[in-house]
Amino acid sequence: MTTVSMTVNGKTVSADVEDRTLLVSFLRETLGLTGTHVGCDTSQCGACVVHIDGRAVKSCTTLAVQAAGTAVTTIEGLSSGGELHPVQAAFRDNHGLQCGFCTPGMIMTSVDIINRHGAHLDEATVRHELEGNICRCTGYHNIVKSVLDAAGRMTTSAAAE
Amino acid sequence: MIPGQFVYHRPASIAEAVAVLAAHGDEARPLSGGHSLIPMMKLRMATPEHLVDLAGISELKGISQQGQTIVIGAMTTQADLIKSDLLASALPIIRETSLQIADPQIRTKGTIGGNVANGDPGNDMPGLMQCLGATYHLSGASGERTVAARDFYQGAYFTSLDVGEILTSISIPVPPAGHGYAYEKLKRKIGDYATAATAVILTMADGKVATCSIALTNVSSTPLFAEEAAQLCLGTSLDAATLKAAGEAAKSISDPAADGRGTAEYRREMAGVVTARALAKAASRAMKGA
Repeated sequence: MTTVSMTVNGKTVSADVEDRTLLVSFLRETLGLTGTHVGCDTSQCGACVVHIDGRAVKSCTTLAVQAAGTAVTTIEGLSSGGELHPVQAAFRDNHGLQCGFCTPGMIMTSVDIINRHGAHLDEATVRHELEGNICRCTGYHNIVKSVLDAAGRMTTSAAAE
Repeated sequence: MIPGQFVYHRPASIAEAVAVLAAHGDEARPLSGGHSLIPMMKLRMATPEHLVDLAGISELKGISQQGQTIVIGAMTTQADLIKSDLLASALPIIRETSLQIADPQIRTKGTIGGNVANGDPGNDMPGLMQCLGATYHLSGASGERTVAARDFYQGAYFTSLDVGEILTSISIPVPPAGHGYAYEKLKRKIGDYATAATAVILTMADGKVATCSIALTNVSSTPLFAEEAAQLCLGTSLDAATLKAAGEAAKSISDPAADGRGTAEYRREMAGVVTARALAKAASRAMKGA
């Protein structure tokens, strides 16, 4: 057992966990943050994507102890004051989800993509950058539309500030 | 699935890591990005009792140029390789190869050191390092030593690394400015290992190949340095007959396993195809002064 401390969605958390605890299990079972999903459990599908220090990673292939001392953001940490994050709003407005299982991972990946590429994002880049996330419902077109729409909203609002 | 029980260690220096590894012998494994080892531990294909995480060792990270050599720390991630301006200008084949490994999230965690030291024949960097004539720097309880990438691989998951030794950095001679390069990887889908892949570095003078280096990925239990195929290209303009002969030479040293990617015959054939494609692309880039 190791005492693991990290920041999750802005709050400092600390818990004694077995060294073998996966980050996704720590988030879902220890902290009760079940928005992060386990899909393939083999780091292929991307349902488990969270941010560690601002970068998208697959939490089913990361140990909780590896994330000690970092800042983790999950899908629950995106909205603020009851307002959806622009990427969440864009997925809703563009019908970027059907069953919703892949959506938390898709959105966490998309936020990372937009943070890194900003206004320079084009469709081909979005499609390449989403290569680590699998959706079995939508055929991806509306997800790509959602990301481009969100990128526009986020760079416009950043320019206005 | 979760891995079996182990004790996690997070040393802050190479010396400390080597001491922990030495204390536990073959019951310990170093952990870099973890995207090969953790899946294997979840499947119980690896069951280390001690896991020595190298992520806290800052001296293992970074990319620098020392004269005509580029030195890359073992814990440098593939995402770092992709965004390096130094590599983009001096060794663009590293960026081209890194972008064909797994997917963006995995490249954020996956490291060049883990990729080359694991000894998985499916990994892309070992073949590339053989093509580039890279040297691996190893550190263990009995001191430091170097091993050429072309001598490092002995079988699937079996390398020159001794128990308790870690790979700390890789040094790569910078190819001449204007060299041509290509990493051609045939794969079934994103995230898959190569059905067959070939790395090529060459230089052209007066329309003829002046120097050439070729290595193959995932068509044997180790990466393969294709010396004869490269020799066949020297002094030629890489006409169709030469490309075919080089492809045949690559096929002749390939010994792929039959697996979900295809039969052994198909995968050997593809080793020839990707070799010809990589040579043609590298030559075209060299002619353009890529």
